[in-house]
Parts: sequence; C-alpha cells; structure tokens
Amino acid sequence: MSDTVQTPTAEPGGSGIKTLEVQIWRGGAEGAFETFSVPRRDNQTVLDVVTEVQRHHVPDLAYRFACRVGVCGSCAMTVNGTPRWTCRTHVGKVAGDGKLSIAPLRNLPVIRDLVTDMGEFFDKWTKAGGKFTGTRSRAEPMAEVDPTSRARRNADAGIECINCAVCYSACDVVSWDKDYLGPAALNRAWTLLNDSRHAAQNETLAAATAHGGCGSCHTQGSCMRACPVGISPTRSIAGIKRMSLLDFLGMRRS
Amino acid sequence: MSARRHRSYAAHLGHRLSGLALAVFLPLHFLALGLALEGADTFDRFLSFAELPLVKAAEWGLVVFLGLHLFFGLRLLVVEFLPWSSDADDRAGLIGWGTAGALVLGGIFLWGVI
Amino acid sequence: MTETRLFLLQRISALVLAPMVILHLVVILYATRAGLSAEAILARTGSTPLWPVFYALFVVAAAVHAPIGLRNILREWTPLSRGVTDWLSLGFGVVLLVLGLRAVWAVSGWAA
Repeated sequence: MSDTVQTPTAEPGGSGIKTLEVQIWRGGAEGAFETFSVPRRDNQTVLDVVTEVQRHHVPDLAYRFACRVGVCGSCAMTVNGTPRWTCRTHVGKVAGDGKLSIAPLRNLPVIRDLVTDMGEFFDKWTKAGGKFTGTRSRAEPMAEVDPTSRARRNADAGIECINCAVCYSACDVVSWDKDYLGPAALNRAWTLLNDSRHAAQNETLAAATAHGGCGSCHTQGSCMRACPVGISPTRSIAGIKRMSLLDFLGMRRS
Repeated sequence: MSARRHRSYAAHLGHRLSGLALAVFLPLHFLALGLALEGADTFDRFLSFAELPLVKAAEWGLVVFLGLHLFFGLRLLVVEFLPWSSDADDRAGLIGWGTAGALVLGGIFLWGVI
Repeated sequence: MTETRLFLLQRISALVLAPMVILHLVVILYATRAGLSAEAILARTGSTPLWPVFYALFVVAAAVHAPIGLRNILREWTPLSRGVTDWLSLGFGVVLLVLGLRAVWAVSGWAA
C-alpha cells in the first residue's frame, strides 16, 4: 500500500468528500452551534478547518493555538464529542462522513466560542504539589540522575506532558467533583515524586493525596486513552496511590 | 461524550452500581437474619417468602452483583498496587474475565435453586 | 480522618473482604442448593464458634468498606454538601455495624 499514489480527494478516510459540514460552538456557556461549509482539502487538520472558518466566514471567531505542531498544548477542543489536540488531528481520522462538530473543551469555563478559561486547570497543577523545589545553587555542580533508575524511568513516562487539558476534559470525575485535581496535575506530582532533585517530597505526596487528590481517581482510564502524547496519567496516579499505601505502612523508600 | 466509550469506564460503572445495590441490600439482609432472634418459626416464614420467583430473581441478581463487585474490585487492586507492564495496560482484559466469572456464579446459583 | 486514610481504609478493607466474599459465595451456592430453612441455617452457623467470628469480622470489614464508597457516590452524584455526605455515610456505617452484629448474634445460637 505504501506505493499507492493518492488522488487529491482520496485521502484515507476521506471517501471522496469534497465539502465538510462543520458545526462550531459560538458564544459562551449559553451559546449554540453554527454551521459552516468548508472545502475538504488534502492533509487537512481540524485546526486548519477552524482557521478557514475564521478567515472566510466569521472573523471574530475566538480560538487558541500557537505552534501548530503538537508542542504548545494550546489548541485542544472537543471534536465530534471527543477532546483532541486539533493541530495534529487529521480531518480524515475523525470525519469519515464529512461532518465535524467543534466545541470548546469540557470541564472548563467557556470564555467565548472555542476558548476556555484554563485558570483552574493550572491552579490545580500547583495545588497537587507540582512546584519544583531545588536545593542546589548555580555555583554547585549539577545533580547526577541515573537515567536507568526506576524512579527516573517513572518520571520519564510522564514528563512530556504538554498541558493541553485533553485528559482533564475527558475525565468524568473532574466533572462530578470540582475539587478533583485531575489527571494532568497528579501526573505532574508523580514526576516530581520520582525526581531525586526535588526536595519537597513529603509536601508533594501530602498535596497529591489530600482531598481531591489521588484517592478521588476511580481508574476509569479515560485520560490515558485520550492523551495525545501517549502519557498514562492513570498509571501515574496508581503510582501515587501505591506510594501513599507504602508511606502509610512505613515502607516508602525516600 | 465519546471519551467514555471503553471497557474500563464500563467496569467503573459496573463496579459502582453493583456496590450501590449491595449497600442497599445489606441492611435488609441483616434484618432478615435478625428474625432468627424471634424464633425459628418467624425465620422460616420469612424464608418461604424467599422462595417466590421474583425474590429468587432478585437473589440471582445479588449473587451476580457480588461476583462483579469482587472481580472488578480485584482488578482495581491489581491496577492500583501492582506494577504496570506498559503505559497503555490498565488490565482491561480482566474486565471480560470478571464479567464471565460473575455470570458463571449466577449460573451455578440458578442451577442449584431451579 | 484524612482523605488518604479513608482511601487506604477502603483498599485495605477490600483486601480483607475479598477472601471472605469468596467463602461467602461458596456458602451461598452450597446452602441454596441444599434448600434454605431456619433449621439448616442455624445448625450450620451454630456448629462452631468460628462461623460467628468469621461473620463478625465480615460485618466489620463491610461496615468500613461500604460507607466510603457510598460517600464517593453521594459526593459525585448528588448535590448534597460535604458535611451532609460525611454524616450520612458515617450513619450508614453505624447502621450496618449494628444490624450486622445483631444478625450475627441472632444466627450464632448464643442468644438462646
């Protein structure tokens, strides 16, 4: 199949569709969907569609993006009911029938159109004990971290989070319990709990296990399936749960 | 919301709802057993009520719920406290086995009482 | 009582309950097959003090485990305040404990 030459309209999943029927959320929490027709193009991402609607239909459409290559974590939206990073989501993957519905992320207050207020998402990051506390000054030599140690491999598994809030939007516990810190914040805490340079280990563990912390997670597993960069917050949170049990039994290695 | 369409989410709901059903049933179960304090006759009269088909069906449901809650709960303990083999492996495979196990228990129960 | 303690209590009580539930299921399947009667039940539960001891532990573990789960459900699925939720769950635990131990007492044969 690798040598198949693709015709302009035959992108995988495109099935010859020439026009997309795009519904985009307009307004705040009390808004409504507005429908637009957008030409189907090659290698078209959902973010391309939003940009096209903004340029050709509604210049005042509010949406957020920056890098367009899946690094900055600012363009996440709800696409056909699922939270996704729109810059790396090809239309062919999600709109086989030529229909797209694009809404702001769930579980966050809508400011306008496709833009949410991510304040609480980042506040919870700090609340989960996610602030790094170092001990060395720049005059001292760099800390040595063994890349093959289990702690470092645990940290590596969660460290590439781009703060896009897709997991936060996918999680039902977040919508049920406004105090729940959410997958991303707890994943961040887990990376710190595995960082030998982080001095405030006990403080981070206390914050990540307090009210709204790891005990609120019911292992529904929606976050790990939604994460665009393949991180498993479910696994990270399970790590905190295990660590809190070992701590309770006096068996935690420090 | 389609982020919910996967086995682990269904297992969460099954675990929660079976637990809720068991929690509602437990006080009634204890009250029924407490009838033994009032003598074997009272207890027997209650047990004959338990022979009604509708009550038997409810008992079958409770056996299945107890099995589901047990097996889904054991999976949670494995996921939360034992090492993971990979980032994507939240032992969703155990959910099918747990459901099958609970249905087998229900089957054995039915086989014994019908 | 901190959230961490409640979380761990629920998991630890689950570990205690799991083997007990398995034994209980075996008893259910065995007893219903033989036919339920007051005589049969009381003869079994009164045959050795081990049964009342087992069931008393079972009741205590369940009275710890169930209210914590109920508290999560009330908190997440109802608009009740945290205070109301906590007191309702605690009350439910006390009810389970009292009714459960009373039931164990009733079938132990020790009351007669």
